[in-house]
Amino acid sequence: MTRRQLQKIVTPIIGILVFLALWEFWVWYMGWPTYKMAAPSDLWPAFWQYRELFLVNAWQTLWRTVVGLGLAVVVGTILGMIMGLSRVMNDGLYPLLVGFNAIPKATVVPVVALVFIGQHDFNTILIAFMISFFPIAVSVAIGLSTLEPEYRDILRSLGASRFTVFWKIALPKTLPEFFGALKVAVTLAFIGTNLVEIVTPHGRGLGSLFDSGRIASNYPLMFAVLIALAILGIVLYYIVVALERIFAGWADRQPT
Amino acid sequence: MTNLIEIRGVTHAYRTAAGELPVLDDLSLAIPEGGFCAVVGPSGCGKSTLTRLIAGLMFPDRGEVLLQGEPVRSPRRNVGMAFQNPVLLEWRTILQNVILPLEIVAPRMPKAQREERARSLLAMVGLEGFSDKRPSELSGGMRQRASLCRALVHKPDILILDEPFGALDAFTREDLWQLMHQLRAEEPFTALLITHDLRESVYLADQVVVLSGRPASTQHVLEIDMPGPRPIDMLYSAQSVQWLAELRAQIEIAQGRSGTRKVMA
Repeated sequence: MTRRQLQKIVTPIIGILVFLALWEFWVWYMGWPTYKMAAPSDLWPAFWQYRELFLVNAWQTLWRTVVGLGLAVVVGTILGMIMGLSRVMNDGLYPLLVGFNAIPKATVVPVVALVFIGQHDFNTILIAFMISFFPIAVSVAIGLSTLEPEYRDILRSLGASRFTVFWKIALPKTLPEFFGALKVAVTLAFIGTNLVEIVTPHGRGLGSLFDSGRIASNYPLMFAVLIALAILGIVLYYIVVALERIFAGWADRQPT
Repeated sequence: MTNLIEIRGVTHAYRTAAGELPVLDDLSLAIPEGGFCAVVGPSGCGKSTLTRLIAGLMFPDRGEVLLQGEPVRSPRRNVGMAFQNPVLLEWRTILQNVILPLEIVAPRMPKAQREERARSLLAMVGLEGFSDKRPSELSGGMRQRASLCRALVHKPDILILDEPFGALDAFTREDLWQLMHQLRAEEPFTALLITHDLRESVYLADQVVVLSGRPASTQHVLEIDMPGPRPIDMLYSAQSVQWLAELRAQIEIAQGRSGTRKVMA
């Protein structure tokens, strides 16, 4: 392993350790009891005590987020394609989408919960989807509509169909923008899932575990949930980064 | 001699929100098989419109665009295009970029044959060692060389060059001019070159067409009667200077008549 690779792994670990040490020191220095602010050293016992709940609930949160995000990718890409390839559709849909995106999703949660009463999985996935499809739709639309006409002309002059131009040029050219948006969307979907889990009392997912910690005034548990959420968020994010390397690695320029 | 391309009395206007914007007005030109025609004219006089008409990406309001005596009614498969922007696909290697037109025009050609064809062209323009590089790893001049290979890979009947050397530095540009003569000797093609550079037109073309200001019509045709490949110092001959002076004078007339100068000032 080269020095450079070692540095890439060791530096973030040091960063995390320094952060935890500062946190621990701060709580100790202020002399706060656990019901005011938990220190990192209080979290591990909480993790260990509720380890099964953590595993079950993390899985609940994870699969709903991934399904919601998957839906956002499909719908967002289709919407982006429609808007990017048709001026009329773009003009018609854009204000609608912006308005829809501007509505705080926390206000939508009770509405959805009422409309689809009892459908907890469905509701959670729906909110995760609703909160995360917007950046995907916008980035795909912009990627497609900003395609320089010369790119099109080169293939069109050879008699290529619209679909061929899309498949060979427009789609791959949009991939870097798409993955940029996906990085934002993955975090948003995650927030959406947890929002529903915390607000609606269906008792599943890390959000509900957080809520039960709140009700029982178990502060170490609440903080432990936050850490678990952060870890899940990091894992999801880096899965997207890995996919980006595979499918759009060409856009990554080596610094010279 | 039969003309490969013939443009007869083409008139075309764009429809904009502000009304009709005429760009071409009764324009005619003819390029014989194997000929090299350069089109020069004031900025914004409709030269790029001309390339789109020949490529079959647009159709004229009036007049005819004939390719081998046939009117152009749809995109032609036998056209190669190169622009000022090399528009190489960043996710493909140079070799894969050059192959692109073959994927459209000859989808059943075996992969090995396609690659061989692309490699031989890349070797001709001095890019043998760069087949597997990405476009971002190449200099501007090298990218333009690759772009020329892509325009020629499917042996097009007509090569349309829309200011391909415009964004290059002077020395690279002269290198590529010489390369064009060399390519013409090894891979005969018929070409239409749009340019703003009078020296370029005199060095490369057999026939220089001066367009009037917008709406453009054929104002003047200059035959450059000198066999290729031409040495670069032909540009410093008395004959060339005379040709350049003639073209320069014609451009002045074109700019004066168009009135664009007054509008811009």
